[in-house]
Amino acid sequence: MTVTFLPCCRGYIRLVTTLPPDEELVAALRRGDDAAFAAVLDAWSASMLRLARSFVSTHASAEEVVQETWLAVLKGVGLFEGRSAFKTWVYRILVNTAKKRGTAERRSVPWTSLLPQDEDHGPTVDPARFQGADGAYPGHWRESPAPWASPEDTALSLEIRRVITTVLDELPARQRAVLSLRDVGDHTAAEVCAMLQISAANQRVLLHRARAVVRERLAEYLATGART
Amino acid sequence: MNCDEFVELVTAFLDDALDPATEARFVEHLALCEGCERYLGQFRTTIAELGKLPPETLSAETRDAVLGAFRDWHSA
Repeated sequence: MTVTFLPCCRGYIRLVTTLPPDEELVAALRRGDDAAFAAVLDAWSASMLRLARSFVSTHASAEEVVQETWLAVLKGVGLFEGRSAFKTWVYRILVNTAKKRGTAERRSVPWTSLLPQDEDHGPTVDPARFQGADGAYPGHWRESPAPWASPEDTALSLEIRRVITTVLDELPARQRAVLSLRDVGDHTAAEVCAMLQISAANQRVLLHRARAVVRERLAEYLATGART
Repeated sequence: MNCDEFVELVTAFLDDALDPATEARFVEHLALCEGCERYLGQFRTTIAELGKLPPETLSAETRDAVLGAFRDWHSA
C-alpha cells in the first residue's frame, strides 16, 4: 500500500493506492502490461524522488536517477527472483544508481556506506540544556523546552514547510535517506532496513538524529514566549 | 532515568523497540517530568509535520519517457 498526499483546495488529502501482490505485479510487468507499469510508476515515484534527493544535489538530477532506475527495472524485471519484496528490489536499484550519481557529482564529499558515521553519534540535545554534576538534579533539564505554538495556524504551516525543506537539504545523506523514507514517506522500519541494507539499530540512530535536528529547527520558529 | 537519557530514547520508544525494563523507566520518567513530556510531544509534532510535506512529483516528460520506454521494450 502506498500513501500519497495530493494538494487540494484545503491542505492535503491522503490517497491510498493498492497495488496487486508482488507475484501478480511482476507477472504483469513481464508481459508488458502498460496499465500495471503506469500504476506502479505513479505509486512509487514520489517516494523514490525524495530518496534519490538524499544522494544527489538537485531535483533534476534526482529525476534522472528515478528515470534510470525505472529503465533498469523494466530491463531487469525478468531477473527478479522474489527473494525480497519487489519494492525493496526496486529501491535498492535506486539507491545504487543514486549513490553512483552522487559520487560523480560531489567527489569532494566522498562517502561509501550508509552506516552511521562519526557525525551520527553523540547527544542529539545540547548537553548545556541539562544540569551538570553540581546541579540539584544532574542530567535533568535546566529549563524545560519552551512550549510551541500550534502548527495548525495556516501562515505558520507554510513557514514550517519551508523550514523542514531547508533542514532536509542540510542533513547528511544517510540521515536524510532514512527520514525521507520513514517520516516523509510512509515506510516501516523493516522496509527501510531492507531498502538501505542497514541494521535496525543503525536505522534508528540515523532516524532519531535527523528528527532531533528537525525538532530543534522547528523550535526556533514555534517556541512561544521567552526562549528557554 | 534522567532527562538527557530520555531524549535519546524517544525514537526507540515510538518504534516500540525498548526492552521492557528500559521502557518502564522511560514511562516512569515521562509521568513525572513535564519537560520530557513536552519534548516527546514536540517530537511527535515534528514527525507529523514531516508527513505533511507535499509529494515531489515526476515531471510529465519523464513519466512519458519511462512509459514510452516500457512500451518500446515490450514491442521490440
